[in-house]
Amino acid sequence: MVLTEFKPVEELLIKLKDEKKIFILGCGGCTEGANTGGKAVLASTKEKLENEGKIVTGVMEIDFLCQKALIRARIKPVLDEIKNAESILVFSCGIGVQSTSAVLVKVCHPALNTITFGGITGTWQGTERCDTCGDCILDYTGGICPYTACPKKLENGACAGQSNGKCETDPERDCGWELIYKSLKKMNKLDILNKFIPPRDYSKILPSPALGKTRLWALDEEEII
Amino acid sequence: MKNQTEKSNFEKILEEGKFAVTCEIGPPKGAEIEEIRAAAEELRNVADGINVTDLQSSVMRLGSLTTCHLLKDWGLDPIFQVTCRDRNRLALQSDLLSACVMGIRNVLALTGDYTTTGDHPQAEPVFDLDSVQLLWAIKNLEEGKDLAGNELTQKPSFFKGAVVNPGADTEAAFELQIIKMKKKIDQGAQFFQTQAIFDAEVFKKFLERVRKENINVPILAGIILLKSEKMANYMNKFVPGVFVPEPLVKKMEGTQDKVSMCIEIASGLIEEVRPYCAGVHIQALGWEKHIPAIVKNFR
Repeated sequence: MVLTEFKPVEELLIKLKDEKKIFILGCGGCTEGANTGGKAVLASTKEKLENEGKIVTGVMEIDFLCQKALIRARIKPVLDEIKNAESILVFSCGIGVQSTSAVLVKVCHPALNTITFGGITGTWQGTERCDTCGDCILDYTGGICPYTACPKKLENGACAGQSNGKCETDPERDCGWELIYKSLKKMNKLDILNKFIPPRDYSKILPSPALGKTRLWALDEEEII
Repeated sequence: MKNQTEKSNFEKILEEGKFAVTCEIGPPKGAEIEEIRAAAEELRNVADGINVTDLQSSVMRLGSLTTCHLLKDWGLDPIFQVTCRDRNRLALQSDLLSACVMGIRNVLALTGDYTTTGDHPQAEPVFDLDSVQLLWAIKNLEEGKDLAGNELTQKPSFFKGAVVNPGADTEAAFELQIIKMKKKIDQGAQFFQTQAIFDAEVFKKFLERVRKENINVPILAGIILLKSEKMANYMNKFVPGVFVPEPLVKKMEGTQDKVSMCIEIASGLIEEVRPYCAGVHIQALGWEKHIPAIVKNFR
């Protein structure tokens, strides 16, 4: 199970500052188990946003957002609501935010920080990688994680080592920032790149001992002799 | 403490609008310093500032900070290159304070090559900060605060530079270079040295764009002395961000007198870019003794 926690509401409101119409998308997978998702959470978020003067164009829950095929299959009934929104607020782990960005070609704001993979990574089967850093910035990087897509973990743009869109570490590896640029261009959101991203807060990367346990911790710790 | 708030020689040259020449010293692999002392002497009357590389190409060597200190003692003006590859934010800020105490004023902030490109591919790549954040950290120190917001007893002051690659070869890479360049200026970059250029047209096209963006920070064109066709092929294959066009490789191949051809190529490039930039940054990679002949051609 992937463990997540809520981003502070203030941080979410800063992210949504310049946007009026928002679609809320929740993962019905791990977040329910971590108490960071589920219908009640999505409904109360809708209410909070509406109290802040936002228009929520729609709310949907899909289990699991880490499955791109599942998103494609389930999202069809609400495509108009999604097109109508300026961005999507996503309640899922970093992988869910990445796969949603890739499928829907829209800025996806992470509503949660991903803390740790407690044993099983959802039903994730794709190329997305989450660093479980607890300080998610996927909405600034076109839904591509700069910490896992760029070996240097660069947050403010590519280094000079790329060549023909490939990374200096390996000619077979795509330059993560090449991907980020293309994704934001597709979303027509290149202006996001002008934002200065401050250094990552590594104090958030270490999960609390309680969160760091595997899903099977009770069995692991059972005394059998 | 040495007076580090006083402007450096390099800074004054740029301020006065004179065509600046910076060169580069790569610290040795070992504790012997006679070779860099000799290289420094070759540069004494030609370089306005001397970059000292920070474990260049991710190869373990003598440190940049100590070598800058030596240059200072020898009466030269060092440019302290700082990469983000090997130190976290504590060590980076600490080394910047150390530089300040040693009277080192010029700093060049870089990302750094990846660890696997060097001689310790097993090493952990740090990259706690990126080059834009490093400039931001320097700005914070100059304002008397560290990155955690704690107050410093005395503020350092630096002349801050950064690097840009004019030859980025995809749309994304080129646009990101421009975007990052503007971010670096926002975070306090006062001069730029470019990655090595071998094609003046590529450089001019880059500068056109820079002017369009209203960027007025002095830019020094990066020139690497081409010693042989072998070196050109090696760089094309293994050095990130550097590309030597085929005609130059052929020129090198076709001559017995590599030194004269090297001087001719470098002088030709400098002649072409000189009207458009604030200076040149010449990387001689051991051929420091030939730099005076090149500088004589335009000074």
